[in-house]
Amino acid sequence: MTQQKMMINGHEVLFSPGQTILEAAEAAGIWIPTLCHLKGTTPTGACRICVVEVAGARTLPTACSTPAAPGMAVQTESPRVIEARRLILELMLSSGNHNCAALNGGDGDWTGFQLGVQDSDGSGELCPVWGDCKLQDLAFRYQVKVGRFQSHEGPYPQELANPLIVRDFSRCILCGRCVQACNEVQVNRAISFGYRGALSKIVAAGDRPLADSECVFCGECIQACPVGALVEKKARYRWRPWETTTVRTTCPYCGVGCQQLLHVQDGRIAKVTGVEGAEPNQGRLCVKGCFAYDFIYSEDRLRTPLIREGGDFREASWDEALDLVASRFKEIIAASGPDAVAGVSCARSINEDSYQMQKLFRSVFKTNNIDHCART
Amino acid sequence: MTNSFNEFARAKMFLVIGSNMTEAHPVASTFVKNAVLKGARLIVVDPRRHKLADFAELHVPIRVGSDIAFLNAVMHVLIAEGWYDKKFVDSCTVDFDKLAATVMRYTPEYAADICGISAVMIRDVARRISSVHPMMLCYTLGITEHTCGTRNVMSTANLQMLLGNMGVECGGVNPLRGQNNVQGACDMGALPNVFPGYQKVGDLALRSKFERAWGVDGLPAHNGLMIPQMMEGLVSGQVRAFYIFGENLANTEPDIHKVEHELASAEFLVVQDIFLNETTRFAHVILPAAAWSENDGTFTNSERRVSRVRTASPAPGEAKPNWWIFQQIAKRFGHEWTANSAREIWDNEVSVLAPQLCGIKYHRLEGDGLQWPCPDENHPGTCFLHRDGHFTCGLGIFTPAEWTPPAEVPDDTYPLVLSTGRRLTHYHTRTQTGRCEGLNDILGEETADISPADARALNIAHGEMIRVASRRGEIKVKANVTDMVPKGMVWMAFHFREANANWLTNAAFDEITMTAEYKACAVRIEKLTDPASMARV
Repeated sequence: MTQQKMMINGHEVLFSPGQTILEAAEAAGIWIPTLCHLKGTTPTGACRICVVEVAGARTLPTACSTPAAPGMAVQTESPRVIEARRLILELMLSSGNHNCAALNGGDGDWTGFQLGVQDSDGSGELCPVWGDCKLQDLAFRYQVKVGRFQSHEGPYPQELANPLIVRDFSRCILCGRCVQACNEVQVNRAISFGYRGALSKIVAAGDRPLADSECVFCGECIQACPVGALVEKKARYRWRPWETTTVRTTCPYCGVGCQQLLHVQDGRIAKVTGVEGAEPNQGRLCVKGCFAYDFIYSEDRLRTPLIREGGDFREASWDEALDLVASRFKEIIAASGPDAVAGVSCARSINEDSYQMQKLFRSVFKTNNIDHCART
Repeated sequence: MTNSFNEFARAKMFLVIGSNMTEAHPVASTFVKNAVLKGARLIVVDPRRHKLADFAELHVPIRVGSDIAFLNAVMHVLIAEGWYDKKFVDSCTVDFDKLAATVMRYTPEYAADICGISAVMIRDVARRISSVHPMMLCYTLGITEHTCGTRNVMSTANLQMLLGNMGVECGGVNPLRGQNNVQGACDMGALPNVFPGYQKVGDLALRSKFERAWGVDGLPAHNGLMIPQMMEGLVSGQVRAFYIFGENLANTEPDIHKVEHELASAEFLVVQDIFLNETTRFAHVILPAAAWSENDGTFTNSERRVSRVRTASPAPGEAKPNWWIFQQIAKRFGHEWTANSAREIWDNEVSVLAPQLCGIKYHRLEGDGLQWPCPDENHPGTCFLHRDGHFTCGLGIFTPAEWTPPAEVPDDTYPLVLSTGRRLTHYHTRTQTGRCEGLNDILGEETADISPADARALNIAHGEMIRVASRRGEIKVKANVTDMVPKGMVWMAFHFREANANWLTNAAFDEITMTAEYKACAVRIEKLTDPASMARV
């Protein structure tokens, strides 16, 4: 398709018909802040943080939902735009329990404000997503002071009823990314907007707990949430981004092979997210990929070789256990031939393990009696 | 899979048969649903009206085990009406005449009786799938876990060749694999008939190649035993020492009573695993292994993509990487294996010996991995196979299949069909997911899923404890009355030891692959309060 020309911040930018101002800017390497925008889904323009100034336009249109047009002249960081974004952020911060308001204007009593917020949170901790919050990032970037508007936490209590996802409506900015993630990305159709105006709320199944809805706990909504409204219960107040390293790996469950990012803190996996833009899952996970990682830390893990003694097992050293395995296999192969031994490999372990096992059976034991659950 | 997951979201049409994708391969199903929202067409063929059927334009509720009759009848219509891809058939395939001769007998009316659907619906399916090209066919264990599993698979391939849907993007035959690395374990030659890279053990030149590479002589030429044969060998004494690595056979194999008898008969049993489980009870030696994310390596997914697995935390206690354990046993037989990491094993051995993997080296796997075949280090990998209808063996061979019923069908004593599978929240025998905080709270017990009609007929309430019995065993389990299940069927999983479907399943096998018929056996259900059944307890 023929590319067309527009101006962004005084630079000539090419775009394809159908692209939004946001897409044209991103393609040209120009950053525009977003909160509600979720790539690959229908733009809603709900949060308005991406407003830009378009020459000749009376109002500031949202870049995520306004089509780019030939000859359009856009300013992404003009004083008018910055003023609008500051107001939007101020209103968002005052709309709920956002205890990162470091540049508190008004009376300047940040400590008192923090303590009050933590108290209402039922925790002596900072917001569970402190340091990993798009709203916090933007508040700092645009130097937003709060205090002009009366702060309130909204009418809805936290949902702690399910074992995996905490829904904290007091931190929700109603951007709708979770709704898009659920309905347009994973297409599980479990959540939507409910009620109207100041009572607006993200609801599941006619405002019921997630566990009583169509929710399959895939975690896509947590990954989409730009603030602390949706967090992993297992990671809440444990995971802190500044104490974490990330490791990319492959999910150990079904055959799709989703790419995961393991957030490792103090030598343990603290939480798991999907790798955005990666093949084959494009950042998506399911309930197992997102939440079924902690079996490796179970107290039940085998820690030492065991040898049967009568009806029971006793602990043994590696040397003793491996010597026993080797000597029994040697005896049996010597007495009954190599085909008197057989082995089953593991379809969950790494390729290299299966390779080694079949090599052991073929080249050392001299039998092809090696199989795994290939066909089930 | 002949094709790739990233084609799902772009596909124009799907035929999904024997695949409960939203539960067994949830992320794959999201791409199918995305495609449907953008206008793609979807036909779901499955005895159960599972979640994906909500997104389908047509749900075809064929009877359990009638797949071949259904597919043959669809092909009958395609040929009779001239709705197949004559150009592809003429230029890329052989033995069309054989296929035509076989499917000629499967008129829609004849198949309708076997499949429990109308002849009109069969014609309708044929019309719909021939009207969009290409069409992507996806299947899972609903196709393979039958005594006729091999012929079921052949039939799906016949259909896609007939429609010219092979060797094209957004087409193909796509089995979604059940375990994270079942593709890889096959690729690595953990099979009784092939070396790594599907190189046959019966081929002298290939044996010589591996003898040279491994520095040994006398590699065995005859195929080894498959799992069910090994298990039976434990009882007959043909197999005296048995080595189980990371499999909980006591829960996963059909007919648990039989399996446990077999395991108990082992003269010497080694189990290498990360937890004690039902299978380790029979072991003589248990070796503690490092788990996922405790050592580096690679998995290969359903679409042949080799991806990296990386270390996040150390293994507990003295648990060791599995490859190290095998290396140490080899050492005690006088074999010094030099590779000392998964990376060395892959780069220096696997990718040297398997022709499809020669171009795949660890340094190329940092991002999204590579899909085999990847014959050299400049090759970008292969998204879909048989490009332009060029099959590995030259021309695609039609292999006609005759329908046969499951080994055990309902009768007066056991009037219902038990079919089994997986549920979303748990994985296999729950050794892993059962130890993850929260998952047992979401799904904490097994249920027997039955139809409202059968529940009414037997006066069974939703949530009531019932007895399910087959010729091999019986269990007590909660009834889950759901219209997902058709009349005449009981559906269960194998995630929980109590009420594990494998107390009931039938150890009847496909004669070629030795895959068990997990999808069909005969059972009866009873109320526990029924005095007659109480007397039998």
